[in-house]
Amino acid sequence: MSLGSVPLKYRISIDRDQCMKCMRCVDNCSYGVYRLENDRILIDSRKCTACHRCISMCPRDAIMLQEKPVDYRSHPLWTVEAREDIINQARTGKIILAGMGNAIDYPIIFDRLVLDACQVTNPSIDPLREPMELRTYLGKKPAKMEFTKNNGDVELKTKLSPNLKLDTPIMIGHMSYGAISLNAQLSLAKAVAKTGTFMGTGEGGMHEAIYPYQDHTIVQIASGRFGVDINYLERGAAIEIKIGQGAKPGIGGHLPGEKVCSDVSCTRMIPMGSDAISPAPHHDIYSIEDLAQLVRSLKEATNWEKPVFVKIAAVHNVAAIAAGIARSSADAVVIDGFRGGTGAAPKVFRDNVGIPIEAAVAAVDQKLNDQGIRNQVSVIASGGIRNSADLAKSIALGADAVYIGTAALIALGCRVCGNCYRGMCPWGIATQKPELVQRIDPELGSQHVANLIHAWTLELSELMGAAGLNSIESLRGNRERLRGYMLDEGLLNVLKVGSVGA
Amino acid sequence: MCGIIGVIDRTMSRMDGSSIKRALSLMDERGSGEGAGYVAYGIYPDYPDCYAIHVFFDNLLEPKSTVDRILQTWGRIAHQEEIPTYDQPGLKKEHIPWRYFFKPYTDLMVGTTSPADDTVKHIVMAINSTVEGALVFSSGINLGVFKAAGWPEDVANFYRIEDYKGYIWLAHNRYPTNTPGWWGGAHPFNLLDWAVVHNGEITSYGTNRRYVESNGYKCTMSTDTEVVAYLFDLLGRRHGLPSEIVVGALAPPFWDEIDEMPQKQEEFMRVLRLTYGPALMNGPFAIVVATKDGIVGFTDRIKLRPLVVGEKGPLLYISSEEAAIRVMDPDIESIYMPRAGEPVVGRVMV
Repeated sequence: MSLGSVPLKYRISIDRDQCMKCMRCVDNCSYGVYRLENDRILIDSRKCTACHRCISMCPRDAIMLQEKPVDYRSHPLWTVEAREDIINQARTGKIILAGMGNAIDYPIIFDRLVLDACQVTNPSIDPLREPMELRTYLGKKPAKMEFTKNNGDVELKTKLSPNLKLDTPIMIGHMSYGAISLNAQLSLAKAVAKTGTFMGTGEGGMHEAIYPYQDHTIVQIASGRFGVDINYLERGAAIEIKIGQGAKPGIGGHLPGEKVCSDVSCTRMIPMGSDAISPAPHHDIYSIEDLAQLVRSLKEATNWEKPVFVKIAAVHNVAAIAAGIARSSADAVVIDGFRGGTGAAPKVFRDNVGIPIEAAVAAVDQKLNDQGIRNQVSVIASGGIRNSADLAKSIALGADAVYIGTAALIALGCRVCGNCYRGMCPWGIATQKPELVQRIDPELGSQHVANLIHAWTLELSELMGAAGLNSIESLRGNRERLRGYMLDEGLLNVLKVGSVGA
Repeated sequence: MCGIIGVIDRTMSRMDGSSIKRALSLMDERGSGEGAGYVAYGIYPDYPDCYAIHVFFDNLLEPKSTVDRILQTWGRIAHQEEIPTYDQPGLKKEHIPWRYFFKPYTDLMVGTTSPADDTVKHIVMAINSTVEGALVFSSGINLGVFKAAGWPEDVANFYRIEDYKGYIWLAHNRYPTNTPGWWGGAHPFNLLDWAVVHNGEITSYGTNRRYVESNGYKCTMSTDTEVVAYLFDLLGRRHGLPSEIVVGALAPPFWDEIDEMPQKQEEFMRVLRLTYGPALMNGPFAIVVATKDGIVGFTDRIKLRPLVVGEKGPLLYISSEEAAIRVMDPDIESIYMPRAGEPVVGRVMV
């Protein structure tokens, strides 16, 4: 017996009065929604992913998109998604793959936190007229300053470990060449070089085209060790060991062979067309002391000249794990919340495993503070940071800086359609097809991403000025400048934030 | 808005409290009659090696017996008495101010190079966070804080501060927005040898508080000023930084200025800012801090609160207002206004 088809997800229609048959929709849709037959543009709505490429390219605004054009009988438990997933799995017997971040309607803690501003008793600071310091150093800091006194002269004894110097506390997270296209990665690299910050290479090695911007990259070592050699380690400004990812804690990665073109294969140092599979754990890290060894080995290999970060997914016990990492020679802990994006993840993981970044970063900050080592290690928050308010709130909850991923891709055109794992991204981002990749002009793309970073930086300055702060270190962990609105007491206590009005 | 004033005689010759009372009262415009206080160094020469522990008791029953017991556990009480007070029509006596002259045992505290100080610090934190009806508001050697809710002249007369003679005096006229009328909320704040008077609001309080708490301090006074005393204690006493460098950590130059410094100085300031980032104080403030060795005054990095300095011979005055200095010393020789974040240091000459 056939299960039949499930209803359309989206219906596309064309206003025929407006349409001038310019064919832009036909040319732009990589999923094959449109075709021309007998001088008429025909539509196959079932293929649509709501990527909006056609809509954004239509010169006459003639294309309409409707989500869920067919109603199911409504039911609070048996949602459309629940029913369709079952039909899908009954048909295939497989794990459901999904792209982008967690798509379940969990409450967003960021939206239940409000920021503070000065009134009367302290003046707000105008960042246009007064200095405003967002410069952020990531890396180990000493617990106290050591010095010697020679007849009145104070002589510094402390030698600082290498720190990354950021002009703004916004970095771009790790999205590998392979997961995203070279033009996308190049756009990001040029953008971070322009804005005085850094980007992650992801675990796919570093393509030659990125070399000119290598001083603004953080090279990643993940469990597959793709593209890792001494040349790679030496090129990065810092090194990051990826243990886990917020979108899929506890499991590895899988880059399908179709995405492994010749360039990707060279950069990753794997055969062309072969699947690139990252195992779930690092098979040389089965314990915290193994991690400490790898951190030291990487430092030894690079002459102790580069900071080493360790990235973990935000899981229930994240605070204790981070405290363990802080005790190694690692310079920063990256916490990736459960809303973190991904090119491809099993849907059950994406939607159900891990905890929100707001709670995770607050818990880590508190644990490190309780242990008296908070300032000695940097904390980087990532996973679902959408705007400068999320950025400011992350810092007030205890982060030194944030990684953005999805937001940077949206600045390149991404509309969060969530089909990254299919390799047909019409925006030229999550694809290796040359005809799609060339849709990104890295110069223009980098300008858009740089604009975004610049805009958030301005907004952060304004928010800080309004709160009477002129330096980012005074916002860091400053829960006094946050209040929870309609958050329960348990969560307020985890966040170490008071209620509005209190 | 509050009014502050401090004075030091660098030759350590002692002044009575009458003139600082006049100076502080001149700044009543800056207060609201809900808090004032004084601290003086050198007032207890008869107990040169005892910590003078000043306590506000709500009554002399349970709170006092608990405090007695804690003190007797950790050391020896050389002498104790009620601090003499004199009823003022404009001041309601909310607490009984008491003083102990206390010598801590030095063999009970482990893991410290200054067991006496750390024992007393521990006792202060313990009493203030756990003993209902008792608040230690002064805990240094040969110094004492005198404060209450009221106008400066009433508070001064309540304690008859003209009966005390010190070589350093700090005083504070309070306009509270937080904890009005609470005696514990009046300045100066003191811990061990550190005393602080503060005009302003510390917008970085949340960050600073977490930093001192992570280093074993407990903030119990519901006000941002106490954190300044703890920061000075941590950086100045425990980390051994000279007071100019402590100020450099709390109100550092901007990065743009640091970048322009000669290489050695640039490195020093960069290391200082990175090491003590969570100690950086933001928001509008003018602060004077005292220890037995001297006083240091400074403002926030963009000078959102006033600070004026006057000098005559061995005398150095730091105040919110020039007029207050002139009322103490009509023949003042020089008056100037320090730059934002610039430390003004007056050290005793020994």
